[in-house]
Amino acid sequence: MTDQILRSRRTDRAATGSKASRHGEWVIHLVLAAAALVMVAPFVWQLLTIFKSNREASQMPPTLLPDDPTTGAFATFFGSVPFWAQLTVSVSALVLRVIGQLTVSALAGYAFARLRFPGRRLLFGLFIAMLMVPSQLFLIGQFEIIRDFELLDTIPALAIPGMFSAFGIFLMRQAFMSIPAGFEEAARLDGAGPLRTFWYVMLPMARPTMAALAVLTSLYSWNDLLWPLIVTPRGDKRPITVGLAGLQGQFGTDYPTLMAGALVASLPLIIIFLVLQRQFFSGIASSGLKG
Amino acid sequence: MTTDVVSPPARQRTRRRAGGLLPAPGWGYLMIAPAFVGLVAFYVWPFLTTFGKSFMDVPAFGPGTFTGVDNYTELLGDARFWQALRNSALYTAILLLGVPVAIVLAALIEQVGRGRALYRVLFFLPVVTLPVAISMVWRFIYNGDFGLLNYVLSLVGVPGQYWVADATFTIYAVGVVGIWMSLGINLIILGAGLQGIPQDLYEASALDGAGRVRQFFRITLPLLSPSVFLVTVLTVISALQMFDLIFVMLRSVNNTALADSKTIVYLFYEKAFVEFDQGYGAAIAIVLLMVIMAATLLQFRLQRRWVFYD
Repeated sequence: MTDQILRSRRTDRAATGSKASRHGEWVIHLVLAAAALVMVAPFVWQLLTIFKSNREASQMPPTLLPDDPTTGAFATFFGSVPFWAQLTVSVSALVLRVIGQLTVSALAGYAFARLRFPGRRLLFGLFIAMLMVPSQLFLIGQFEIIRDFELLDTIPALAIPGMFSAFGIFLMRQAFMSIPAGFEEAARLDGAGPLRTFWYVMLPMARPTMAALAVLTSLYSWNDLLWPLIVTPRGDKRPITVGLAGLQGQFGTDYPTLMAGALVASLPLIIIFLVLQRQFFSGIASSGLKG
Repeated sequence: MTTDVVSPPARQRTRRRAGGLLPAPGWGYLMIAPAFVGLVAFYVWPFLTTFGKSFMDVPAFGPGTFTGVDNYTELLGDARFWQALRNSALYTAILLLGVPVAIVLAALIEQVGRGRALYRVLFFLPVVTLPVAISMVWRFIYNGDFGLLNYVLSLVGVPGQYWVADATFTIYAVGVVGIWMSLGINLIILGAGLQGIPQDLYEASALDGAGRVRQFFRITLPLLSPSVFLVTVLTVISALQMFDLIFVMLRSVNNTALADSKTIVYLFYEKAFVEFDQGYGAAIAIVLLMVIMAATLLQFRLQRRWVFYD
């Protein structure tokens, strides 16, 4: 809608033949393109470096295009890093965390939004208070629980704490609160119990919010470094982030290999983003990103 | 419509439901049970644990002993702690410089019709790229011997520096990456705010002869201020918790600059999970909480002076 308004505003201006505004449009594109170039330049440099030899990548002055393009960096990377194992860990932890997060948040969000029970406000307040505490404060205690349940170096260890988030509950509660009560009533008059109403009527209507929450949770899960670093002391069951951070110690200044690893590890989420742009944007817009 | 066919008592009940909430304690408790158990086990209890441990001396193995505020007094006399606090504050200040940039860019993106989607995707790319991967790429760009940045600077006659190996520059270098990384998020939040500004205000002021720059300062900026406030608060909270950029960009066996470039969370990680001095680590975490609360509270106080709510 805003697009239309903006477009019509522009045609109005074009109709009056104002040279200044058309000139202004060009300046805007110029500024944005320059900024976009700065945003993209590191990625371009990364891509170009991958296809250089290590010697070429570390010479001064640098070459722009690879003299003798080679895919050796990928070969070195895949040959020395258990990438597929790490990818499996990252993906499994992500799927587990997203499913858990959606289930827990949707159930609790619905109860807080639609059901009345003693202590409801108090409990909700307790959850929301946790939103304000930086995540590092929980790490020591979370680590101890994972250790005491003998879950260190397992995929559940990576996924479980992140399933429970006050933010997710809050987001789902907002979604359920915005659904008109009439839908629920109609279902109940047709004889559906709370669980059936929740499952068949309310949940489908909250799907956009669930998609946004799923996307945000995936983003946190995929990107997280500190928690996986802490709960994978033995070293197997390490996700991509930890593996990639370790790559640096192994390859020091072999930048083509490092850049190849960085690209391969980032690509899955970038592809998902390009497919699900709208969910990413609405997720961020509805929340602000809290890591 | 449905209420027409039901009997009066039922109608009354329906009306009460329409007020919003269905009294169903059983279902209510059942549905929040997973969330409750999880949040208590992984958030409330760990919070209390950390708080308790900050008053204890905890050896790597075995139970700790209560030592009162020893950890805190030690912390206050620890030069490395103050250094970390200064580093985090400097990093946060640098990231705040990115907010005006985001405002201008968001307003510009809102002005264009064609290409808007492309710009949003390009600016958002760093947000969906692994921070670890980003850190590696920038570390390469910042390399003092053959990095791209030094080469570009040499073209305009500026002497190169060891950006991530010289503590004079590390926080600034990392801060630039932080701005670059978070720009996409800020643009989305600010973009949503811009869409909420009624267009007729612009049309009316255009009729009155206001140019785009004037409109930006007189209409856009005041009406966008709630979104700017949100972005500022979120930026400060997340900047004070920065960890992974330092961890990846600065950590290597022979980088002596790391010692002077640690942030609060880096120091916490090192104390609690590398040296396993959990009592001291817990005290650092509690101080971090207090710093974040103070910074957020201060911003809520100051917002009355500049945030415009209609």
